[in-house]
Amino acid sequence: MSTTSAPEHEPTAPGPAKAARGVDVGALLGSCPVPIMDHKEVVLAHGSGGKLTHQLITRMVLPQFRNEFLEPLHDGAVFSVNGSRLAFSTDSYVVKPIFFPGGDIGKLAVHGTVNDLAMCGARPLYLSVGFILEEGLPMDDLWRVIRSMQEAAAQAGVALVTGDTKVVDRGKGDQIFINTSGIGLVPPGVRIHPSRARVGDKVLINGPIAVHGIAIMSVREGLEFESEITSDTAPLNGLVEAMLKACPDMHVLRDPTRGGVTSALAEIAEQAKVGIRLEETRIPLSEAVKGACEILGLDPLYVANEGKVLAIVPAEAADAVLAAMRNHPLGRDAALIGEVVDDHPGLVTMKTTVGGSRVVDMLSGEQLPRIC
Amino acid sequence: MKYIDEYRQQELAQGLAREIQRTVTRPWVLMEVCGGQTHSIVKYGLDHLLPKEVELVHGPGCPVCVTPLEMIDRAQAIARRPDVIFCSFGDMLRVPGSESDLLILKSRGADVRVVYSPLDCLKIARANPDKKVVFFAIGFETTAPANAMSVWQARQEGLRNFSILVSHVLVPPAMEAILQSPDNRVQGFLGPGHVCTVVGYEEYEPIAAKYHVPIVVTGFEPLDLLQGTLMALRQLEAGKAEVENEYPRVVKREGNRVAQDLVGKVFEVCDRAWRGVGTIPQSGYRLRDAFRDYDAEHLFQVGSIKTQESPICISGLVLRGVKKPHDCPAFGKECTPQHPLGATMVSAEGACAAYYTYGRHLHMKPAAAGKAKELEVAHS
Amino acid sequence: MCLAVPGKVLEIERNPEGVRMAKANFGGIVKSVCLEYTPEVVPGDYVLVHVGFALSKVDEEEAARTYEILREMNQLAELEEGETEPLAAAPAKGGAS
Repeated sequence: MSTTSAPEHEPTAPGPAKAARGVDVGALLGSCPVPIMDHKEVVLAHGSGGKLTHQLITRMVLPQFRNEFLEPLHDGAVFSVNGSRLAFSTDSYVVKPIFFPGGDIGKLAVHGTVNDLAMCGARPLYLSVGFILEEGLPMDDLWRVIRSMQEAAAQAGVALVTGDTKVVDRGKGDQIFINTSGIGLVPPGVRIHPSRARVGDKVLINGPIAVHGIAIMSVREGLEFESEITSDTAPLNGLVEAMLKACPDMHVLRDPTRGGVTSALAEIAEQAKVGIRLEETRIPLSEAVKGACEILGLDPLYVANEGKVLAIVPAEAADAVLAAMRNHPLGRDAALIGEVVDDHPGLVTMKTTVGGSRVVDMLSGEQLPRIC
Repeated sequence: MKYIDEYRQQELAQGLAREIQRTVTRPWVLMEVCGGQTHSIVKYGLDHLLPKEVELVHGPGCPVCVTPLEMIDRAQAIARRPDVIFCSFGDMLRVPGSESDLLILKSRGADVRVVYSPLDCLKIARANPDKKVVFFAIGFETTAPANAMSVWQARQEGLRNFSILVSHVLVPPAMEAILQSPDNRVQGFLGPGHVCTVVGYEEYEPIAAKYHVPIVVTGFEPLDLLQGTLMALRQLEAGKAEVENEYPRVVKREGNRVAQDLVGKVFEVCDRAWRGVGTIPQSGYRLRDAFRDYDAEHLFQVGSIKTQESPICISGLVLRGVKKPHDCPAFGKECTPQHPLGATMVSAEGACAAYYTYGRHLHMKPAAAGKAKELEVAHS
Repeated sequence: MCLAVPGKVLEIERNPEGVRMAKANFGGIVKSVCLEYTPEVVPGDYVLVHVGFALSKVDEEEAARTYEILREMNQLAELEEGETEPLAAAPAKGGAS
């Protein structure tokens, strides 16, 4: 991929789909073969943010809609309209249970799109919401979700300006699915793009990992906690603004949601064709989350986060950004967890707690608990 | 976390690594038996803290890897039935059978559930009296007490809709099979710490004596593994061949008698097929006749199962420590965790999978690693 | 095959089916474990838990003894190599190995 920055011109209509490496796009309508041969059906793993999701997007979606805005496969697309740079993003929420410690599906849906826009360096402005409701969903539950979305939008400083509601038959939809889409404004000079990661850059995170995933699991698995683990879902636009003030030339921002810190960094490493080296001892992790991961046989690096942002910043700006993060309520435990290196381009590795070394690879699907 | 964090401490790990360096005067080949130990070694990068003279080969202690293809196909045949709720540990869900895996069956509507404990299955059985709950009881001796208790408890309660599909395997016969093999290179063992928590280590003493190999019962944390390695190397350098215990905080020589008792009441020893190795006599457990009505293999007639293993897979050689994963021409190319060809790549514990996920960049030259990454992206 | 985790026994009870169970604390998270195989265990003890079953009590004296051997060996090794800094609890600085 040759683009290194978001384009600064009027968007042109997307041209004819160009053949992606290894994919036969089959220009003849009606005889276009399905690119993915391994799975004849969609499986759950296609939604988990790991290799299969990546495969689905890069082999089926990207070649069909190929254009320079989609290519980066970033959290949102950035383009210019009449001289202003806009960011546009969408996200769908299917989480179960719909109410969990620290939040609910509605709050997640608002934060999710606000954060995707923030990851483009944008100030989020307007959201849309689409509800798909299952017949039989208690009205009280719907009311709780809507109220929660209103609070979340107010807290994030965004307005919900349009939406849609559909109802499906009982049994055809799992209580409630929510899609949010959003638009934001990217300030001049801000150029966030996964391919901007450079050798020597530092990798930062704003706080402890794996909290959200474990909070969800705790409800599903009936785990009790001495002090309850609550989801860290939060709107990150305020924190990101503070970070960009400290370093307008921020290279990459990514929120490590499903697939965990690993998927986010592995994608960046692959797109930027750089190596990333983490230090296990520096990665913030709370005792309780660690305990849950030990018992369930899960690796926290693969567990979903909300309310967390990874930043890849030029080395000379790292201290300033860290200070800005620690000054903000959502970044008190911010840490420098690694750096971009020229060894093993495309791979993420880690120096372990005992000084050894290992690859941190994307999983193909959902991480499963193990007993071995 | 207490009794975990202390055993991951970097300074002490470096200290052990230095002491190992000082102890070793010539090359030695050690095998860690248990898949959990393999996982830990590769996850913490421990083998790279060891001097070049010490070679760690990874043993067959991965019950997921060694579960015969025929048994996996049988499990899937049972899971497909509409009257069955099929329960399994997470480890088994992605293991491919001849055609499919449990996770794919789940996507097609089979009621397949991940459980953390066999006791969870009893809860499911009580809550679903009109369904048959089947639990995939795989594992080494470590898991036998839990599986035994589930059957024992089901009988106590008179639960009629619960059964287990047994594929239990035992460590000592596997070790002997390795030691008896003419191409064996293993000179010492890190014994399976949690297996020995249950069964003790008395039965390893005759093995150490007969084959003149030191066996050090070892835990799973990085410091345990390094210390166990040091103890085994000290014995080898001194020409000794004894059973030692690195893990006395939970392992006693006689093991857990209460657990052994119940396991003995519910299970009996039998011959077992090991994927990639073949049938090893007296190397598994099956339910005793008295518990036949809890035995899913008898309760569900699924017809004869025809299986086909890949001809290029060298799992058998990897399981016995004769070859390393990267010695295989298919490693990282046709054979990856996403499309495993054989036993040792199918589970995260398998030597090939562990190497691939955690350590392949260190075993491949940079150009080859880059090329493999390209191939992986192109094929993905 | 043997992911087992140590946890501290908080309270012991019998479940509705009469099985001896306990609430155990694993670094802050509390989970139910079966104690049928460790009848001698009392609240306050640590147990090693595999798939929801306590397989053994953790012998705290043995644990301390093993750990002390490691620390002594490390201190001795450092003295022999001529380093004079006392053994620190923090991770080693630099890439010394």
